[in-house]
Amino acid sequence: MMIPTAESFGPVLAWIVLWVVFLAAVGLFAWRVSFLIRLLLLGRADNRFDHIPARLKRVVVYVFGQLRLLEEPLIGIPHLLIFYGFVVFLFATTGMLLQGLLPGLHIPTVEENRYLAPVVDLFAVVVLAGLAVASFRRFVIRPAGLQLTRDAATVNLLISSLMITYLAAEGFQRIAEPADAQVWLPVGGWLANVFSSSGFLQVHASVLYQTFWWLHVLIVLSFLVFLPYSKHMHLLAAPFSVFFSQLGPPGILTTPTEKEGRLGAERLEEFTWRQLLSAFACAECGRCERACPSFQSGEPCSPRNLIHNLKQQLLLYGPAFLTKARAAADGGEPTLIGGLIAPQELWACTTCLACAERCPVFNEHLPIMVDLRRRLVERGELDPHLEEALRNLTRYGNSFGQSERKRAIWTQLLDFRPKDARKEPVEWLWYLGEYNCYHPSIQLITRSLARVLKATGVDFGILYEAERNSGNDARRVGEEGLFEVLREKNTATLQQAKFEKLFSMDPHVYNTLKNEYPGLNHGRHPVLHYTELLAQLLAEGRLPLTRRLSCTVTYHDPCYLGRYNQVYDAPRAVLRGLGARVKEMPRSRSHSLCCGGGGGRIWMQEIGDAESRPSESRVREAAALAGVEVLVVACPKDYVMFTDALKTTGLEGRLVVKDLTELVEEAIGPLGWSEPHDAAQVER
Amino acid sequence: MHTVVLLKMVPDVVEELEVAADGRSLDTEFLRLILNERDNHALELALLLKERHGGKVTAVAFDAPEVDEVLFAALAKGADRAVKVTGAEPGLSTRTAAYSLALVLPTVDGLLPADFILAGCQAIDDLDGMMAPLLAQEMKLPYLGLVSSVTLDSADRKATVQKEYAGGVHGEFEVRLPAVLGIQAAEKPPRYVPVAKVRAAMKSQTIEVAPVPTLANGGEAAFHVLSMAKLEAAGHAEILEGTPEEIASKIAEVLVARGVL
Amino acid sequence: MAGNLWVVAENWRGKVSDVTFELLALGRELADGLGVSLEAVLLCHQEKEFTRDLGAADTVLFLDHPSLAEPTAESYGAALAQLIQERKPQGVLVPLSNVSWDWVGVLPAMLGAPYLNFCKDVRVVDGKIEACCLLYGGKMEARVASASPAILGILPGARPAANGRIQKQASVEEVKVEFEKTPEVTFKQYIEPEQGGVDITQQPVLVSVGRGIGSQDNLAIAEALAAALSGAVSGSRPVIDQGWLPLSRQVGKSGATVKPKLYLAVGISGAPEHVEGMKNSELIIAINTDPQAPIFQVAHYGIVGDAMDTLSALTEELQKASARKGA
Repeated sequence: MMIPTAESFGPVLAWIVLWVVFLAAVGLFAWRVSFLIRLLLLGRADNRFDHIPARLKRVVVYVFGQLRLLEEPLIGIPHLLIFYGFVVFLFATTGMLLQGLLPGLHIPTVEENRYLAPVVDLFAVVVLAGLAVASFRRFVIRPAGLQLTRDAATVNLLISSLMITYLAAEGFQRIAEPADAQVWLPVGGWLANVFSSSGFLQVHASVLYQTFWWLHVLIVLSFLVFLPYSKHMHLLAAPFSVFFSQLGPPGILTTPTEKEGRLGAERLEEFTWRQLLSAFACAECGRCERACPSFQSGEPCSPRNLIHNLKQQLLLYGPAFLTKARAAADGGEPTLIGGLIAPQELWACTTCLACAERCPVFNEHLPIMVDLRRRLVERGELDPHLEEALRNLTRYGNSFGQSERKRAIWTQLLDFRPKDARKEPVEWLWYLGEYNCYHPSIQLITRSLARVLKATGVDFGILYEAERNSGNDARRVGEEGLFEVLREKNTATLQQAKFEKLFSMDPHVYNTLKNEYPGLNHGRHPVLHYTELLAQLLAEGRLPLTRRLSCTVTYHDPCYLGRYNQVYDAPRAVLRGLGARVKEMPRSRSHSLCCGGGGGRIWMQEIGDAESRPSESRVREAAALAGVEVLVVACPKDYVMFTDALKTTGLEGRLVVKDLTELVEEAIGPLGWSEPHDAAQVER
Repeated sequence: MHTVVLLKMVPDVVEELEVAADGRSLDTEFLRLILNERDNHALELALLLKERHGGKVTAVAFDAPEVDEVLFAALAKGADRAVKVTGAEPGLSTRTAAYSLALVLPTVDGLLPADFILAGCQAIDDLDGMMAPLLAQEMKLPYLGLVSSVTLDSADRKATVQKEYAGGVHGEFEVRLPAVLGIQAAEKPPRYVPVAKVRAAMKSQTIEVAPVPTLANGGEAAFHVLSMAKLEAAGHAEILEGTPEEIASKIAEVLVARGVL
Repeated sequence: MAGNLWVVAENWRGKVSDVTFELLALGRELADGLGVSLEAVLLCHQEKEFTRDLGAADTVLFLDHPSLAEPTAESYGAALAQLIQERKPQGVLVPLSNVSWDWVGVLPAMLGAPYLNFCKDVRVVDGKIEACCLLYGGKMEARVASASPAILGILPGARPAANGRIQKQASVEEVKVEFEKTPEVTFKQYIEPEQGGVDITQQPVLVSVGRGIGSQDNLAIAEALAAALSGAVSGSRPVIDQGWLPLSRQVGKSGATVKPKLYLAVGISGAPEHVEGMKNSELIIAINTDPQAPIFQVAHYGIVGDAMDTLSALTEELQKASARKGA
């Protein structure tokens, strides 16, 4: 629409005012955005410009498709509508402004278009409805992690008033300039009728139309200026954070570039620009916090706070570094750890990746957390239990502190001797992992799989005493140096061993061998989890099954198998192939709840009170499924954590925890083969 | 201020210890050595003193398997120098070791005089004596053992030291410097040193080597091991077996029989 | 002529220590076996009345000097070195305790005489002294002989103290030595531990935890059991070092010596420094995952396995039993 002019307010004056306001707003906006970008550039380099087509696809699916938000339809749908409302209004308002700024160009506006105008008109109402639902959710339902802030309220207010002023302007324009009535405006037209019923409004329609027009413009421009100061800047940053997100397996960690020999990150300049961008892309939606198992057990660990505190640090102390002079004068940045972030927040993380899995803007909480842990390790400030585990890992190659020579003691109770892959070639190398070798209860399960594989005729071998901890958890704990030492040793051992393919029962081992040992998986040796191997054998008809299981089971997706490596179907295929009836827990597949043992937490003190620990919550979730007798696991740490949890929750009579391999063995051999659980001595 | 810390490698009892074929010594085939735990506390105390008062810390150890890593770890933790003493016979005689050290330490450039010479108060293989007091005697320096805290008064060249006695009692003594102290515990548990730092030390720092001068008479071991044997496991205790519940009821029976319950 | 057998008596803060009597009992056996006299050496300052306690010896060599008010390496070491050089005993039994630590450490070097450490027993074999020494945290024992005069560091518990308390008046010989050096070590004061809380030496039952309990959380399980048994929780040195329990709960050489009716050792390996603090408990039950743990040498009953399972089961069992009785 043309700038509505009043008699006392000449068109030229209006036009000048518009330009002034427009330039001021745009100028402030641009200045602030460039300031934010300069803050980002304080961070380290990180090449995220590869695989552009894949990146663009991600933006299409997750920004325009809003896929992750739609997982929670109550907010997903309104947000989708508001998002598209924004797109539509961006288009419409830009046209409006341009028309006002450059009247000579006769730019066609949406309002004059009989197809587009009703769309915009309807969207205004749709957006209002969406905002109503969103506000109800935020202020009445109050889900955890979603805060009641002035920022949120202001944004709500601004958007609502934009819609209202638009509709009101439409309505009054209809009355003041009836010539446009050809274009059908469902809501605007209705409003016009409503306003017409008041004589006062009808008389002053023209003035009111101008008022609401100007209000709309001013609010839009205010919003523009306000945007990069509020969490709503995620609007600008999110498409970029999604575009520049990590492709490839999630949760993969990389060797840091040692700057002056320092490991990890704590000062702003030590983070990458993409990590700093997380701060601006974060909409403070709280999905990560709601998904976090540690947060649920009452720990101060919150992925949302991690990003938020990084943002605070950046905004409070970053500006000083933008000019060298100010940096010198400032005397340095207050330390982040021990300042805004407490060490306990970092040690409480289980690295389950639920946060990053849910994040709609693809923030990567894990590498930030690990970088901070690396700095704590460098300073020697560790949880004392953790220290002991790391010392044992360094010295003995296992966290149990047991002799390397006892690695293969579990084989003594087998009636055959597995092949030694160091000495003779094998098709499959079984990389056991320390829990499968040293933990008394897990040794039973290891033997179970050994018997299954022998009965199936799979050609496999092990490394006997040459095997060391793969380093996955050492890396996640922040002991990067230890990870490198372990990886070096193991790589040398693997290079000398003779095998084609590799599998492990431990998803942690599987994850790091597959993704973080260069040349292994992508080289000539595919790395599988044993459930994938079993599924393969089942599909090939090679498993010598003699009976069908008649039990009802539920399956727990391990973090490092599921979220980290997207293996969800293989274990289920095996279970169904055995004849078991699989009932899913409410939190299954990528929503699986971590047992609480990852990220080195199994080495640290138990936290939170017993009722709210993730492992206990999980076994209760399984026990709540009617008819389910067995909780099936595929990770030794899950086995240990859930077996303990059954005791502490008193659910031992209700449910039993079994590894998948035990069920396979039941379906293959006579029952006498399985070693009874009672003989096991559960050790921490 | 200069502190010398003596580090000793002792058999790691995590491995099962076996008697050698000669019946009088440890079988070395699978034997691993580890830093004597009390020496680790001594190193920690030395580093704490350095943090408080400045100065330098030198770690000294006899050559033995896996000693290099221990010395590099000491450097990575903050020690300034590491010296490896070579040419000495390993064995059970701490006496000989003390005598050798008394001969070798003065030959190391800039090592002596030191304000403190610290060692762990004892080691699990100290058959004929403890390093700190024996060395103190050889070097004619004052000595206190079982030390758990050291406060330095550098102006007056003395230190106030606390010794541990039974029942949690501590004895406070003043000792003139230079002195040799046998350390029971540092004020904080020994610090963790990240693997990356140890590796960095391996690349950027060196361990000095100090050969032992030929031993004159007076240092030889004056004892003779006739035989060595593993203590028979459960030679004394009656072992209870079964499930935890079964064991619990057996224990309850015993407690009732013995009048505890 | 073969020299006599000596026992160096230990007196501290106004009392003759129990270890002295253990050494006298052992010394008597050895002296008789060697056919020589048993002489007790008492170093002190103005505490002649202690000579009356040393009746197990044939003679008490009594040395009273202000320098000997507190046992330091220089004072006691120098005094004993002179005495030994003058009188040439063939064997000297010294106690291995915190009190004697310093002078026991320097004496062999002052004398140039052989010393044998960690002796849990000493015997006379073919007219010569032979010691049985505990090495490697109690995992190995060695039979060792040495030249004479030998100084033998005896671990507490080698003989029952009662055997060394003889109501007899030994002949007392006052001796003198030269104290030339200005002391470089000066005693200042004793610092008592913080009082308050539980006195573990008075508890009838102790559930004692070591490194093997795994984590501080498991303390709660130990405490529950201790409560069910009307006792308290104590610990070995590593647990105190970690800060899981305060110093007042430590059992062992630098902690307390306890003699409860029941000592339940959970996850404790049984190194000599700990064992000396609890070996006289009436009933010792040990739980450890290592079947070779030295604690099983001193325990009456042992369980090889996971501590937490057994403790939880036992707590339950006791709670059931008391419910049956009380109800």
